Amino acid sequence: MKTALYIAVMASVTYLVRAIPFTVFSQKIKSRFVSSFLYYIPYAVLAAMTVPAIFYSTGSVVTAAVGTAAAVVLAYFNMPLIVVALAAAAAAFAAGLFV
Amino acid sequence: MRSQFLKGMSHGIPIALGYLSVSFGFGILAVKSGLSILSAAVISITNLTSAGQAAGVAIISAGGSLTEMALTQLVINIRYALMAISLSQKTDGSFTLGKRLAAAYGITDEIFAVASAQPGRLRASYMYGIISVSFLGWTAGTIIGASAGQLLPAELTDAMGIVLYGMFLAIIIPPARKSRAVLSVTVIAAGISLIFRYLITVVSGGFAVIISAAAAAALGALLFPADTGETDKEEVPQS
Repeated sequence: MKTALYIAVMASVTYLVRAIPFTVFSQKIKSRFVSSFLYYIPYAVLAAMTVPAIFYSTGSVVTAAVGTAAAVVLAYFNMPLIVVALAAAAAAFAAGLFV
Repeated sequence: MRSQFLKGMSHGIPIALGYLSVSFGFGILAVKSGLSILSAAVISITNLTSAGQAAGVAIISAGGSLTEMALTQLVINIRYALMAISLSQKTDGSFTLGKRLAAAYGITDEIFAVASAQPGRLRASYMYGIISVSFLGWTAGTIIGASAGQLLPAELTDAMGIVLYGMFLAIIIPPARKSRAVLSVTVIAAGISLIFRYLITVVSGGFAVIISAAAAAALGALLFPADTGETDKEEVPQS
């Protein structure tokens, strides 16, 4: 039951964040600080979520590190999201065969 | 506007294929965190977002508070507010309040990117098309991933746990390579996150992400005010 409550809160907040601006606002944001903050927030969120959690994502720090390295290299060379994501898993899996 | 709906659906296919593999990883992650297949599916159906869902599952499995859940979702998904404002200026006369409320559900990074790149105004039926196909990919992937967690060997599902994070790296690294500002913001955010993980461990995971991200983005906004005009696109008028 608690899980249902969590999901209800998640879904409501996520929906309202999308729906309120889509229905109410039509003005562009004028404040340079606010628009800069909103521009940087996705990158900051993803970085904070990824580091250090990615190293604990496979159950072994070693295989996770190998997967991370593969992802970093491929992302650096602008590979598509899916290629990077699946290559990280493939590299972690391959490393797992040797650990 | 059947043709607009079909056009939207066709534009949704590549998005759905991408979602399929990422949500597959989410399904595995959710089940590993102790959620049922049904819960994982309901989360994907009601949220349609990657980072927010991953953070949400982490909070559920850690037994975090509902306040922490609400604030985390707010901060992680606040970017959608910006996209929604931008898209709201591109909608045509077919968007009644009800249609806006319906289409708002489907504002994701990828759908926003494809929709805002369309020439001219957006019709509601086009949005419904692109959202419905993307939604199917996201939900199907979640259910398959959550179920496969029990069928596939542990070595494989362990490795799949990294998929979502791999995608996050693919989102942040290319712009960080091009922009010193984005690079600084990501390094600062990661640095603060490390401090919370290993030094100030009393702060729970969800709040740690909020504080790290908000502090890094605020610093970035102070040190490197972004050129806000850069995201504007020339609009081709359509009759």
